[in-house]
Amino acid sequence: MEPKRLEESIFKALMLLSAVIVTASLGAVLVVVLVRGLPALSLSMITQVPKGGYYLGGEGGVLNAITGSLCLAGGATLAAFLLSLPLVLYQQREFGGGTALAGLTRLSLDVMWGIPSIVYGAFGFVLMLYLGLRASLLGGMIALTLVELPIMARAMHEVVKMVPAELKEASYALGATRLETASKVVWRYALPGILTAVLLAFGRGIGDAASVLFTAGFTDRLPSSLTEPVASLSLAVFFQIGTPFPEVQQRAYASAVILLAIVLVLSLGMRLLSRKSD
Amino acid sequence: MSHISIRDLSVSYDGHLALKGISVDIPDGQVTAIIGPSGCGKTTLLRCCNRLIDLTEGAQVSGSVLIDGVNILDPSVDIIQLRKKTGYLAQRPYPLPMSVYDNVAYGPRIHGTKSRRDLDSIVERCLKATSLWEEVRGRLHRPAGKLSVGQQQRLCLARALAVEPEVLLGDEPTSALDPVSAQQVEKKLVELKGDYTIVLVTHILRQAKRLADYLIFLYLGELVEHGPAAHIFSSPRDQKTRAYLGGEIS
Repeated sequence: MEPKRLEESIFKALMLLSAVIVTASLGAVLVVVLVRGLPALSLSMITQVPKGGYYLGGEGGVLNAITGSLCLAGGATLAAFLLSLPLVLYQQREFGGGTALAGLTRLSLDVMWGIPSIVYGAFGFVLMLYLGLRASLLGGMIALTLVELPIMARAMHEVVKMVPAELKEASYALGATRLETASKVVWRYALPGILTAVLLAFGRGIGDAASVLFTAGFTDRLPSSLTEPVASLSLAVFFQIGTPFPEVQQRAYASAVILLAIVLVLSLGMRLLSRKSD
Repeated sequence: MSHISIRDLSVSYDGHLALKGISVDIPDGQVTAIIGPSGCGKTTLLRCCNRLIDLTEGAQVSGSVLIDGVNILDPSVDIIQLRKKTGYLAQRPYPLPMSVYDNVAYGPRIHGTKSRRDLDSIVERCLKATSLWEEVRGRLHRPAGKLSVGQQQRLCLARALAVEPEVLLGDEPTSALDPVSAQQVEKKLVELKGDYTIVLVTHILRQAKRLADYLIFLYLGELVEHGPAAHIFSSPRDQKTRAYLGGEIS
């Protein structure tokens, strides 16, 4: 074979290989979780809280962790969204884009993105001690917000950056203000991407264990107040898999299936929503 | 109708001079075409008339653009009122990401028209003025992005008319359109002159011939020649104008 052809087929093979590795890894994770988890998944898993001796193989379910995770990730996603919006707006050229402060904000978000979530957990813990809080839903939300914020803000920034300048000009040319253009035109145009960014952050938040370990604690009860500890699915997986009982370990995989299902349902729902608003 | 008078207008981008001391009066109620080879400053000149130039990074503007005697380049000018007064058509249609109806109602709404009945009548009037009404009346509440490109550009014209401007600025508004749609837009512009002062950037000489009452020829950022279109086309004074009209420089 000619060298050029050979080169091309080698690179084609390499690309194919990486594609196979990516899809196979995803497939393998799904298969392992489903094969191990599905047999243990039952109605009581998702409708009951742990009963006495649950972690020793007793009756009950992980409703405490499901509701806890939804509250934690839901609250943190909302908080991160409310913080991201003005941040992203400020990065726009018409507002603060190009200024030193905007650059510093971007840099901070990049650095925050790279910080391991256990560090946010530890930071949240110190903050809570200082505020006189104990492990609680609120504490967990604060730590998770810090985990989600850089992911959401950076993803949203990338989306908003893709809004054509001519589209914004069309709005300005009609006499719209910067805020009107941002809230009526840029927002609508970028909405599908913004929803994806929100979902990305939510998915990251609901699966994170390290940040809620010290800050949200764990409990067998359903979440009842911002100042009470809450359970989370990620920690439920962690605790159950750490037991020496095979049936409890299986329930860890079942909990992981539930976690996956929540993210999947949300992601499909969001996609449907953004298609409808189009 | 507004009178535009440009005085000693210079624009530079990061130190590079794009317009060099332009002074010209644009006749009221007529179509003025700005012609010249690519990169000669046509679009820059147009964008000074509604201060879209403000959005261009690194643009430095000096001199004055007087609309009805007011220098609109003055920072104290109410830019919202200025842009309400000057409708703008871009090279390619950019419908706002909303329905056909909302596209036309967007301008009136931001300028304070709230009543549904008023908005309905504005939308109908502007869509009729651009001959779109019959084509879109059944899908007013469908996304504007679903219209054909030619319809989109007429929608952009309707959107511009909805804020009741006195001046219409077009930056090669037919360059992205198929010949039939381009003809429709041209026809509309001819119908609208008289009520509006129209300034068009075009690189199509035949279009300038068809539409323009007055001609401005720019070359490398300088105003080479301006005057009644018929006059310039038949007997250009400057050698550069002659070369451009003869197709020797483009």
